[in-house]
Amino acid sequence: MVNELSIVLCGAAGQGVQTVEVLLVKALGSSGYHVFSTKESMSRVRGGNNSTEIRISEVHREAFVDRIDLLVPIKGGLRKNIWKRLDSSTIVLGDREELKEEFEGKEIRFIDVPFLGIAREAGGAVTANSVAAAVLCALFRIDFPILETLLRERFAKTPEMLEKNLLSAEKGYERGTILLEKAEFGLTLPKPDPCWRPLLMDGHKAVSLGSLAGGCNFVTAYPMSPGSGVLAFMAQNASRFEIVVEQVEDEISAVNMVLGAWSAGGRGMATTSGGGFALMEEGISLSGVAEIPLVIHLGQRPGPATGMATRTEQADLELALYAGHGEFPRVLFTPGNAEEAFELSRLAFDWADRYQVPVFILTDEYLLDSIFELENLEVGKTDFSHHFVETEPGYARYRVTESGVSPRGIFRHGRGLVRIDSHEHDEKGHIEEDFDVRERMQRKRMSKLRLLEEAALPPTVRGNPGSKTRVFCWGSTGPIVAEALERLGDKDVCMVHLKQVYPLHNSIQNLVEEAHRIVVVEGNSTGQLARLIRLHTGRNVEGRILNFRGHQFSVEEVSEGLRKFLEGGGGK
Amino acid sequence: MNPREYDIEPVDLSWCPGCGNFQILSALKEALAELEILPHDVVLISGIGQAAKTPHFMKGHIIQGLHGRALPVATGVKAANPELTVLAIGGDGDMYGEGGNHLLHTIRRNPDLTNLVHNNMVYGLTKGQASPTSPVGLKTPIQVEGVFSEPLNPVALAISQGASFVARTFSADTELTKEVIKAAILHKGYALVDIFQPCVSFNKVNTYKWFRENTIVMESSSEEQGDRKRAMELALSGPPFPLGILYRDASGRPSFEDRLQAYRRNKDPLWKRTPDLAGIAAYIETLREG
Repeated sequence: MVNELSIVLCGAAGQGVQTVEVLLVKALGSSGYHVFSTKESMSRVRGGNNSTEIRISEVHREAFVDRIDLLVPIKGGLRKNIWKRLDSSTIVLGDREELKEEFEGKEIRFIDVPFLGIAREAGGAVTANSVAAAVLCALFRIDFPILETLLRERFAKTPEMLEKNLLSAEKGYERGTILLEKAEFGLTLPKPDPCWRPLLMDGHKAVSLGSLAGGCNFVTAYPMSPGSGVLAFMAQNASRFEIVVEQVEDEISAVNMVLGAWSAGGRGMATTSGGGFALMEEGISLSGVAEIPLVIHLGQRPGPATGMATRTEQADLELALYAGHGEFPRVLFTPGNAEEAFELSRLAFDWADRYQVPVFILTDEYLLDSIFELENLEVGKTDFSHHFVETEPGYARYRVTESGVSPRGIFRHGRGLVRIDSHEHDEKGHIEEDFDVRERMQRKRMSKLRLLEEAALPPTVRGNPGSKTRVFCWGSTGPIVAEALERLGDKDVCMVHLKQVYPLHNSIQNLVEEAHRIVVVEGNSTGQLARLIRLHTGRNVEGRILNFRGHQFSVEEVSEGLRKFLEGGGGK
Repeated sequence: MNPREYDIEPVDLSWCPGCGNFQILSALKEALAELEILPHDVVLISGIGQAAKTPHFMKGHIIQGLHGRALPVATGVKAANPELTVLAIGGDGDMYGEGGNHLLHTIRRNPDLTNLVHNNMVYGLTKGQASPTSPVGLKTPIQVEGVFSEPLNPVALAISQGASFVARTFSADTELTKEVIKAAILHKGYALVDIFQPCVSFNKVNTYKWFRENTIVMESSSEEQGDRKRAMELALSGPPFPLGILYRDASGRPSFEDRLQAYRRNKDPLWKRTPDLAGIAAYIETLREG
């Protein structure tokens, strides 16, 4: 049996729960535990009640679970999504002074730890977070020097705050040690692996670093959650990586500026969410006709319109699939975790350049705001290369070739003139209304779709590939489905996770046809992947497990849904 | 350099006979030739409209993109390769209407590019509707009782927003237009050149005769051109509307590209670069715990 724990921290926005999360995840990772953390927060700068889940395990985990073994409410006023996850096995470590009677009379094991009192005596009330972090570190037998090092990093710029927080942390650590010795804390700890030295990376960093590894050197955005995490990372590291980063006036500017950059030989990306992506659609269409490479990171959140700004959903697959007027090929990548987010973001730039098409990286708030552990990231896995050419006099930007890809010149590299046009055009980029030219050019552009189909990435199949029942999913839902299937332990069910939903890999046809029953698990209300499967294979899936409440599926929810589906019988 | 070097053959110019665009095209070619800038070094970027077709009718690299969006595309080109001479060309509907928000923010950003706006105060390509600069009272097939919205004053707007170079000229005065375009190209930073231009097909009010009678060429010293208050007064005056360089910031304000961290240590345009994989790998290692 795997020993593992799920810890949930709750607090108001602006109260520093995130600081505790980061400290704790780093401290746990440093101590040989396998960790995963994910959070949910309200769309407000101060107040409210947000929560962060940290999973600690003896094995790699990368999925949200409902179960809460240890709850640490830094502030009272828990929301009902937390209350309904508590049961008699949950231990609550809380400060009665802050929580008052919130937990009185409940069948919950409550251990009073005076976070505030300790903080006031040591470094002041504002250091209560460090007390909480230190108590938890002691409970998980994390050596104090590890916490001390992390606090020194965290408060490097404010020596005065550092002293106060260190004092509070020491006191908190003492209190945690006493709790542990008195055996009041009755949880079985996972066994740490002294050789485990993980990379800890959230989705924002994974997309950003993957893009940089793909040669991204130009980033634009109008701030919009959750897409702006990538903007922030790039802006804060623009000097280190010598890249252009600009916060623009609107998403229309964002996409057009990136198209200008690609035309001049840069590698650009606009990062946004659904609303901003919708504004970019005409620019996406320009990328299509003018064959200017384009990369857009679309961090999904619930719509329509403003929807739920800080929440998550997977409802923009069809938006990205059909974005822009007219017909042109495109690529939709849908990473499931940090490793895939890194790898696919890297690849997005190569493909955009190689095939001269728009490439969309679809993530979501859940994936972006989760911290994943990784063993390694191979930065130099493949050689980097540009795909533009040095032009000759008489150069024709849209020369018709067998593959459909015209050698792409950029301005002032070679002796040719590069003429790019949004109208239908001839090979040299002149406006053209000849019907034959139109047909030839449209065929040329669409023929790139065949190349993209040949290059398409295969889905990840987990479990017995000959299983009768196949569970299809895409994006961030993948790891959750994987763990749910592990729990079900049914040898006749496998998972098919798509990290690219368009164009689909040619194995999908067989994976679908051979299945006795197909169930799709996805985070929207209508089953967009299910529809895509029907469109491409003619198969109506037998089941759909959907979630569109604004919070990602839990492992329990998916395994329960799958169990019911499996009991239900039926199929092809 | 001979301006004919900018000629392109064969070309079917789709403008109406007598259109002011012909004069602007020839002034632009002459300006570039006199500055000895080769077609190979120039990128002409436009949106949609009759004026936005200009890049198709001369040599140079071009991007004809979307209606209203020439400025962000041009900013992207210049920021990716500051060695290029970049011009954004369009009409009043394109630059002041559909692209109005980009105009405001390009002025703030101050990229080193030249923005030519062929201002004929009417929509040509879509056949005669009012534009953001149409005079009050102009009757069109859409504004059947005459335009009642106040016309936008592009030069006053640009000066008020801190544009570093603002000029106005008249297409029929090709000598003035050429000289103003030359100054705009030489100016380091964003340069707006609003060019009065008659539309012989759709604007029966603002004709060649009207522009001649309602404009006045203004001589000014470079010191006078640096006086923003004076520039604002000129921009708000008329008729007669003053022509020439209304404002030129000679303080050497840095351009957008100058401020970019991408070029602080490394002056290479982006296309000459490859990603710093070792640096990225080193950064990733800082995320390792234990």
